[in-house]
Amino acid sequence: MSTTTHDTLDNAHDEHHHGAPKGLMRWVLTTNHKDIGTLYLWFSFIMFLTGGAMAMVIRAELFQPGLQLVEPNFFNQMTTVHGLIMVFGAVMPAFTGLANWLIPMMIGAPDMALPRMNNWSFWILPFAFTILLASLFMEGGGPNFGWTFYAPLSTTYSPDSTALFVFSIHIMGISSIMGAINVVVTIVNMRAPGMTWMKLPLFVWTWLITAFLLIAVMPVLAGVVTMVLTDKFFGTSFFDAAGGGDPVMFQHIFWFFGHPEVYIMILPSFGIISAIVPTFSRKPLFGYSSMVYATASIAILSFLVWAHHMFTTGMPVFAELFFMYCTMLIAVPTGVKVFNWVATMWRGSMTFETPMLFAVAFIILFTIGGFSGLMLAITPADFQYHDTYFVVAHFHYVLVTGAIFSIMAAAYYWLPKWTGNMYSETLGKWHFWCSVISVNVLFFPMHFLGLAGMPRRIPDYAIQFADVNQIVSIGGFAFGLSQLIFLAVVLKCIKGGKPAGDNPWQAADGLEWSIPSPAPYHSFTTPPEIK
Amino acid sequence: MSPTQKSNRKLLTMLILGSIGMFGFGFALVPLYDVLCDTLGINGKTQNSASTYDSVVVDKKRTVTIEFVTQVQSGMPWEFSPKVNQITVHPGELTHAKFEVKNLSAKNIIGQAIPSVSPGQGAAYFNKTECFCFNQQPLAADASAELPLIFYVDADLPASINTLTLSYTLYDITDKQAVSAKQGAAR
Ligand code: HEM
Ligand SMILES: [Cu+2]
Repeated sequence: MSTTTHDTLDNAHDEHHHGAPKGLMRWVLTTNHKDIGTLYLWFSFIMFLTGGAMAMVIRAELFQPGLQLVEPNFFNQMTTVHGLIMVFGAVMPAFTGLANWLIPMMIGAPDMALPRMNNWSFWILPFAFTILLASLFMEGGGPNFGWTFYAPLSTTYSPDSTALFVFSIHIMGISSIMGAINVVVTIVNMRAPGMTWMKLPLFVWTWLITAFLLIAVMPVLAGVVTMVLTDKFFGTSFFDAAGGGDPVMFQHIFWFFGHPEVYIMILPSFGIISAIVPTFSRKPLFGYSSMVYATASIAILSFLVWAHHMFTTGMPVFAELFFMYCTMLIAVPTGVKVFNWVATMWRGSMTFETPMLFAVAFIILFTIGGFSGLMLAITPADFQYHDTYFVVAHFHYVLVTGAIFSIMAAAYYWLPKWTGNMYSETLGKWHFWCSVISVNVLFFPMHFLGLAGMPRRIPDYAIQFADVNQIVSIGGFAFGLSQLIFLAVVLKCIKGGKPAGDNPWQAADGLEWSIPSPAPYHSFTTPPEIK
Repeated sequence: MSPTQKSNRKLLTMLILGSIGMFGFGFALVPLYDVLCDTLGINGKTQNSASTYDSVVVDKKRTVTIEFVTQVQSGMPWEFSPKVNQITVHPGELTHAKFEVKNLSAKNIIGQAIPSVSPGQGAAYFNKTECFCFNQQPLAADASAELPLIFYVDADLPASINTLTLSYTLYDITDKQAVSAKQGAAR
């Protein structure tokens, strides 16, 4: 594999050592970590807009009580596919894209350890999502059972296209597992000499731990969709009481995957925020090693809390209490992180460029999501909140203003390194302020809807919820439109702009800032010296 | 192969084996779940074989209310109901109950009843010496039948439980009757 050699005099493989090859085939055949990172990031953005369009359908239908725009069955398909696309198509590939771009540069490696597998793990993704989206146009419609595909909704009552849904999840899972394996092998084997474990940037640490979570739980997801497939089409009875199975068991297996999955979607964010906050506070990160240990303990605890999604299934009291206390325990390492970020900012000479704005908003708004999570963790309270808009508010605070905001922050922070140009700070600020205001108009009132009893995943609602839903929908449309500003910023920045220089943020620390911008097609072909 | 490539290969193999192992673990969760529920008696599943009734002490001082609930799988053209909805028993007392079932369709259908006890913690104390749920119930078109249940409640039933609800759901297993249903009935 010539791309991993350090031999710069290898003429036979000339094309690997100069700039990028030209044309479409460059992207299809590429094994370059930067190219693949770019592919992942664009793919994720396209999926973000696609899933976003579905959210707009949902909010348009919910603008008024009653049914006006879409059939209930289509509404259900929208909530289902919106969730699947945002989780597996937008957030996870964005993190994998960032990992591809950044991890080799951060640890002083020339590329990912397994470049050809890297190419595969990206290129099967578009197929998975084409299959998923195509199933919407089949007779009987696409998946309509929620992104959590509870049995028997996904077995007894699901459309015929469920086979396609299962197949697409399999492909997404294989892609994530390959991506995760690549990250682990890269971090373990490709660190520049002297890059010891406790010198790793936190983004690398959080991704390493995320990769282990992925390897542990994506196969379980593959297993549970396989059981759904055979229950539906091949007469098995994993989840069918008639044949000796148990539908509640579906939820246990699904959430054994599902809860670690939500941490898969937030741990890399913690790494991003831990990179950005010190730069714009002009102080080193407070409590580096406690950050590492907190991440690891969150990951381990995440395997012990799955049943907090199932408090209302009629578990015995001791199990309810066990899962309640374990869930609350996770708030401790999470609190350590928030404390460290705030302590990093404390008495720093802070400036508020767009990446920092998103990072600060992340810290505040993600914490709100953590608090609503704690409310949901209280078993008796969850009996009221479960399956209401309160849950929707909770997970959108942690996922949109958490995961997505951190991805935005990362994009602004590293865009100068990727393109060699500064993005437009004015447009970036517009994007931030439009997003942060609209996202709160969108999701904050959902807490009240939930407390007042509005159920989630319903196309119609009682009229007392009408006013608040209207406000929420307006916030939703505004948030959706605001993301087009981001598209404009990125396109403009690729076209040109003020040259960034090696280290546009001056105070930014890390190997990626020691090489030119845009980062050359091949970086660290000879390992750097680590001080 | 360079040393890096060698150790890459090794780690790659280990991680792939790890993922395959976790795929298997997903399936291992199925029996694991059943075993856990069985030993802890936590999800309302009652035993699926007849218990014996000898030298059981009857606790005349205590009474327990037993409620019967029946359901038919949606779309299955059967009627299914208990003869009485509720009875009061003493722990240890052997009690007979009857259920009525009628096939409303013009087809022969095989049904399978699945019991469940609520609260779940009470399931382990609900003993059936005879139950129609141990067998499949074939019913000819338009036929009806009376289904027997003989049970007693264990005297060790925790004092906090005064009412046990026994719920039966009838499933149409005509198409499944082959292997899986037999397994299900046997479990
Ligand atoms: C302090 C941390 C957290 C706690 C205590 C917590 C607790 C909970 C609880 C108890 C529920 C179940 C609510 C119900 O269905 O009744 C829930 C749902 C959810 N949480 Fe969290 N959570 C936390 C952090 C997070 C994070 C960081 C994420 C993702 C980035 C997340 C994503 C979700 C999602 C997606 C759901 C809903 C799943 C569904 O039913 O569709 N949570 N959370
Ligand atoms: Cu959870």
